[in-house]
Amino acid sequence: MLNCYLKGQQEHERPEFIPYAHLRIRTKQKVTVEVLDHLEHLALVDFRDSEGVERLQKAIQFADQLHEVNTDGVEPMDSVLEDRCLYLREDDVTEGNCTEELLKNAREKVEEYFVAPPGNIPLPKLEERETFLKGS
Amino acid sequence: PYKVVGLEIHAQISSNSKLFSGSQVQFAAPPNSLVSFFDASLPGTLPVLNRRCVEAAVMTGLALNCSINKKSLFDRKHYFYADLPAGYQITQQRVPIAVNGSLSYSLCIDNKMSQMVTKTVRIKQIQLEQDSGKSLHDDVRSQTLVDLNRAGVGLMEVVMEPDMCCGEEAAAAVRELQLILQTLGSSQAVMAEGQLRVDANVSVHHPGEPYGVRTEVKNINSIRFLAKAVDYEIERQIEELESGGTILNETRAFDSKLGCTVPMRDKEGKQDYRFMPEPNLPPLILYNARSLPANMNHQQVVNIDWIHERLPDLPSVKRAKLVEQYGILPEHSFTLLNEAGLTEFFEDVIKQTQMKPKKVIGWILNDLLSYLKQHSLTVKESPVSSFLLADLLNRLEKKEISSTAAKQVFAELWKGEGKTPLEIVKEKKLQLIQDQEDLERICQAVMAIKSGNRKVLNKLIGLVQRETQGRSNPVLVKQLLEKKLSE
Repeated sequence: MLNCYLKGQQEHERPEFIPYAHLRIRTKQKVTVEVLDHLEHLALVDFRDSEGVERLQKAIQFADQLHEVNTDGVEPMDSVLEDRCLYLREDDVTEGNCTEELLKNAREKVEEYFVAPPGNIPLPKLEERETFLKGS
Repeated sequence: PYKVVGLEIHAQISSNSKLFSGSQVQFAAPPNSLVSFFDASLPGTLPVLNRRCVEAAVMTGLALNCSINKKSLFDRKHYFYADLPAGYQITQQRVPIAVNGSLSYSLCIDNKMSQMVTKTVRIKQIQLEQDSGKSLHDDVRSQTLVDLNRAGVGLMEVVMEPDMCCGEEAAAAVRELQLILQTLGSSQAVMAEGQLRVDANVSVHHPGEPYGVRTEVKNINSIRFLAKAVDYEIERQIEELESGGTILNETRAFDSKLGCTVPMRDKEGKQDYRFMPEPNLPPLILYNARSLPANMNHQQVVNIDWIHERLPDLPSVKRAKLVEQYGILPEHSFTLLNEAGLTEFFEDVIKQTQMKPKKVIGWILNDLLSYLKQHSLTVKESPVSSFLLADLLNRLEKKEISSTAAKQVFAELWKGEGKTPLEIVKEKKLQLIQDQEDLERICQAVMAIKSGNRKVLNKLIGLVQRETQGRSNPVLVKQLLEKKLSE
């Protein structure tokens, strides 16, 4: 964290995830191909090359620094806004009726419907994909 | 084998606008006309919670005997589908708004209305969540048309524990839930309009053994089909296991035309929804009389006790009151509440007639209701109004007409030609012969014949002719009269 800020001040071209030297970061074993494949399915991202996978590995290591903090007996926090009031809106119709504007974003439309492929097209299996992971 | 049936029910909240946006909620509007930028998931938009939806969920939770969580949380459930533009649904996975309730419902044993048994199903939880848009599949052109009018509409998901054991129980439980929701007004719960959607979880196992693998059955479009789908799936699983097969933990669709369940495509393997807290919504805090903050704006406060005090009588309470007030049987009260508007009709007739409720109910359930069913009409569409029926029943009570004649008048009234009971009675000469003199003459004639006076027999034949408006066979009548008189 502090590391990033300092590096940023030094105007490096890209951020690097470098753990504090004095900490023994308990990182789990290297990210496996199965996990990466699963992630590609879930998030439809493409770990294009070894650099992409390396960056992921380093990012995980960086985040693992959080394990150093003793959180025994501390409630997890979802958001710093947790003490704010959740605003309740009155049940009035105030929006909508902008079909034309919304459809401007659509590449294809049929009579005011958005057009999509027929159901989800499943990501092909690892063996059949043009992905870097195949080589791993 | 033990049959285990659980239900996940999605009820669309009856509100003017959507759960997190100000778009209108309406069935059958021009495609994509009820869609805001947030509903379309355009970047830079944020969810804003609709107070009415929160109240609807609290009402429903209270009616189902749930504990209302004073603090509940919103989460994101991620999956890809064309009708879910954000790529995630905002729901309540960790801490829903209501938990641990129960629903009591009744079943007829052996299809006899007279023997009813009460069962209970536990309610695991009720959560608020967004509805998705609608996909219209165009197989011809190999494309899907997406309408986002429904995307973002508020839903209450009611999760029922697997306490049911067959289609009949599942159907009865859902029917009672439907009546409760309609009584509360929190949802109109019309299955045909997609306001109430039911998924069934079915498994079987032998007593003493662990629960079997369950399948999820979707695409159930009516309460009748729910019973069929559940029963079919139970049978299918039993047959599969008895022939040495195994049950896959899969999602199946009910095909109403074939009356069976089939595996659904697009549901490959177990989904990983990557639940995460919804970062744009702080916890939902509800209050009761004790915890009510002093200086808060009323509009920002949902008070559980305030809502509890204003809950209307639930169906079970209404039925008990009807039985107590009118002395009708419990199964009668079920039929009354099962038909929209029938209770009001019954009570309207009671107000306008001297006939005892115990007798009126017979006319309502045996005559009015069967005519309505025969012609597929609702109570609202009845050609016979409560006023006309009350008038008819009054004449029957006053013995102006016989019971058989009353049925005839009812049949006439049903034609809806605008005639009153009195007019029909006069027209068809259905009046009971009340006149003292007339009756005396007839009795004397009978006595005279008995003592041998044959001429009087002709007079009697004449009377019978009049009574039957000239439609009876005089020879036959003479024979019958002679036979009767010699007894």
